[in-house]
Amino acid sequence: MRGKALQLNPNVIKRNERVDLIFKWVAILSTILAISVLAALLIDVLSDGAGRLSWKFLTSFPSRRPARAGILSAIVGTFVIMGLTAAVSIPVGVAAAIYLEEYARKNWFTRLVELNIANLASVPSIIYGLLGLGVFVRAMDLERSILSGALTLALLILPIIIISSREALKAVPFSIREASYSLGATRWQTTKNAVLPAAMPGIMTGTILALSRAIGETAPLITIGALTYIAFLPTSPISVDGTFPFIHLSFEWLKDPFTVLPIQIFNWVSRPQKAFLVNAAAAIIVLLAITLLLNAAAVYIRYRFRRTWK
Amino acid sequence: MTSPHAIEIENLNVWYGEKHVLKDISLKIPPNRVTALIGPSGCGKSTLIRCLNRMNDFIRDFRHTGRILFQGEDIYGPKADPIEIRRRIGMVFQRPNPFPKSIYENVVYGLRLIGVRDQETLDTIVEESLKKAALWDQVKDRLDASALSLSGGEQQRLCIARTIAVNPEVVLFDEPCSALDPIATAKVEELIVSLKEEYTVIIVTHNMQQAARISDLTAFLYMGELVEYDQTEKIFTNPSVKLTEDYITGRFG
Ligand SMILES: Nc1ncnc2c1ncn2[C@@H]1O[C@H](COP(=O)(O)OP(=O)(O)OP(=O)(O)O)[C@@H](O)[C@H]1O
Ligand SMILES: [Mg+2]
Repeated sequence: MRGKALQLNPNVIKRNERVDLIFKWVAILSTILAISVLAALLIDVLSDGAGRLSWKFLTSFPSRRPARAGILSAIVGTFVIMGLTAAVSIPVGVAAAIYLEEYARKNWFTRLVELNIANLASVPSIIYGLLGLGVFVRAMDLERSILSGALTLALLILPIIIISSREALKAVPFSIREASYSLGATRWQTTKNAVLPAAMPGIMTGTILALSRAIGETAPLITIGALTYIAFLPTSPISVDGTFPFIHLSFEWLKDPFTVLPIQIFNWVSRPQKAFLVNAAAAIIVLLAITLLLNAAAVYIRYRFRRTWK
Repeated sequence: MTSPHAIEIENLNVWYGEKHVLKDISLKIPPNRVTALIGPSGCGKSTLIRCLNRMNDFIRDFRHTGRILFQGEDIYGPKADPIEIRRRIGMVFQRPNPFPKSIYENVVYGLRLIGVRDQETLDTIVEESLKKAALWDQVKDRLDASALSLSGGEQQRLCIARTIAVNPEVVLFDEPCSALDPIATAKVEELIVSLKEEYTVIIVTHNMQQAARISDLTAFLYMGELVEYDQTEKIFTNPSVKLTEDYITGRFG
């Protein structure tokens, strides 16, 4: 029971409104600051490098003469390394997420594993470089090869893939699993036919974002000793000749040395000549374009397959 | 082995951890009839119906004693295969839970599990099941559309079509209409009644009128105990236990 109507204190309301206004402007200014820094970076890079971009720049090997240098080996290296990184880390990461989410009993051991994965996701990337150097380059004697580089980057993004895949699996409501079981599905059939398809957009989004992080990584690859000057392409995986069965598959390319865009950029910006800085700016535009494309794909998938669970 | 009953529950006790939620339930469910389970919230209706197709297996601290005979075999017996049991005893849930796939893929889901590949067989069963579920006319031109594009009532009928597509012997319904509006409810009720020609139907409902309208037998559960089980007409006109009368006349619960 209340004796009199609630008294509104005009001073309090006024103060609340003032705080609200101040906060709004702080937020707007922070956003403007962040965007303008990004815009300044972009404009700087574009004005430096856009003029240097040409088909010839994209299809030439690096050279001592800046005007003749290009990024062919770096682009090819980036795509090959990324492809191999994805081929290794996606199956392993998704399988680990499925095990942890759908099969493992929730006990102290799985919690320990979870905790460790979360920690691994925040380990600085150069540590992964040292690990790759010790394990792949030295102990397994894979040398400074494409395989070493891809395995190192795969380790680097594995925790991110596991964590985001688990989130995607968690977001699938239990009622979907129940529906599957009630129709006579086994656990694996339920995982494969009901849970995974429902979680796929989320898994893909997380995976693409992880790859777009790996694509810009320089430190771990330099640590394992990736070369900065590569004037040839990896061995072709397919060769055709006159002997049966005429088309031959080869995995020699796994052992080839490589370079990638960020390493090429790193190499050029550390040169004294101004012309190499222009080359670096042009290469940065290409790297940014690839990264933005990947991110756009992730956003598109998330938007396209957004579904509302009821 | 033939038995006059589709399912016989003998002295079933269920615990969740230390909590005793079903107490010594014995119940014989006849084939080709609609049997309704009623009772106040939390009395154990869902627990009981989920025991019948072993959907409680996924709850970690679930424990039971007693037997549930399905065609003379204990479904919790050492030889029983829960996968096989769930194929023969289908279930429709409280909230429609279609897979985020096409309407067609939803209906054939159970068939694909058992390796039915023949396109013609699949097409025939899809048409038959959707017709039985009174959904065929609405969706026959858009079988490839996402099941999530259907309304709630249509989704529930799709779930029913999906359940009967694998040709079970028993269909369990756990409050199938509680998320539906009156018109969709009427359609699903009509459908449930038509199902008893071919299937044994067991339905949990909170809606007294619904139980009276569609069931042949009614079991009244209260705090984990079976209070009364009889012909629906008898339960709703002349119950032999005072508690039942109090419940169906709305004096509590
Ligand atoms: N997984 C579980 N763990 C522990 N207790 C549970 C679990 N599921 C249900 N219970 C308890 O068991 C009792 C019976 O629950 P049940 O869901 O069978 O009731 P119900 O009759 O279906 O109720 P409602 O009408 O609200 O759906 C309740 O007291 C509930 O709290
Ligand atoms: Mg219930």
